[in-house]
Amino acid sequence: MNSNSASDSAVGNASFALDPRRARAIVTAIAQRLIAATDELTQLDQAIGDGDHGLNMKRGFAAVLAEMDSLAATTTPALFTGVGRTLVMKVGGASGPLYGTLFMQLGKSWPPELSRAALHNCLHDAVAAVAARGKSQTGQKTMLDVLVPVVTALGTGADRGQLRALAGMCAEATVPMEAVRGRASFLKERSIGHMDPGARSSQLLIEAVCDDLEQNA
Amino acid sequence: MSNVGIVIVSHSPDVAKGAADMVRQMVGHGIPLAWTGGNPDGGLGTSVEKILAAIEHAWSDAGVAILVDMGGAETNSEMAIEMLPAERADKVVICNAPVVEGAVMAATEAWGGSDLATVKRTAEELNHMT
Repeated sequence: MNSNSASDSAVGNASFALDPRRARAIVTAIAQRLIAATDELTQLDQAIGDGDHGLNMKRGFAAVLAEMDSLAATTTPALFTGVGRTLVMKVGGASGPLYGTLFMQLGKSWPPELSRAALHNCLHDAVAAVAARGKSQTGQKTMLDVLVPVVTALGTGADRGQLRALAGMCAEATVPMEAVRGRASFLKERSIGHMDPGARSSQLLIEAVCDDLEQNA
Repeated sequence: MSNVGIVIVSHSPDVAKGAADMVRQMVGHGIPLAWTGGNPDGGLGTSVEKILAAIEHAWSDAGVAILVDMGGAETNSEMAIEMLPAERADKVVICNAPVVEGAVMAATEAWGGSDLATVKRTAEELNHMT
């Protein structure tokens, strides 16, 4: 166990073992946040994609909420795996396999004991799986431009407020980038000047987690 | 059936069905063929669940070649392949080829009894034509 409880308390120490009830609350908060942002994500995606990101995320996370009772009836890693599988099956766009892979890998890599280091390793695995699925990396105007730096910052001791602020900055930083992956890459330099919708949805996901942890600290 | 099966995946059910119609006209019922398009609600998009069903429908012990239109169709097809049992996943490939022309070329090759790698290569040769 990591004995550094001062920094651990920010995101996960022994007292914050993520039991299935808490995991359910966090996933529910993520789902509600993303569903509430349907129109905004759609507008972002209409600018540089095919305009379906908002509705796809809404469909996927509505299915997660609908299945929550059965998804949450098990262990925390099984809950994450189930959420991932539901997203894969229900989203209908590339974001289904991408966010689905994130959650399925969380389920696969979830540590038996939660410390900052263990959580960092697990999230690192999950984000690496997303990168492999999308054959992408940072700097390509994708969700990775938010997820990768946030996970790195988590590993180096950032607290909830810092993680939330970083996620916002990183999503903002996709505006001047040129897309080289996904539908936006068809636009080449015309993709510059718009925030990546996947980066924004990843920012919202991180905000929802940070807010929930704060409210239940 | 020992010929390679063909699966056509498009964001649009109309495009997928239209491509399948063209394949049928070329090769009749000489190969296992399935098409799928549309997200789980029936709008434009693709669905892992439907792609898995299409692979099942077009299954052949010689393998299945998938033709996709773009973006999420490819990602969702890759995801579907990973969700297959391992012994089946090894026998399914995605062709990097235009969906309509690729489907017709792949189907013609499959109809002649070629193996999966040859079917894929023939479809992908379209990328090198000018």
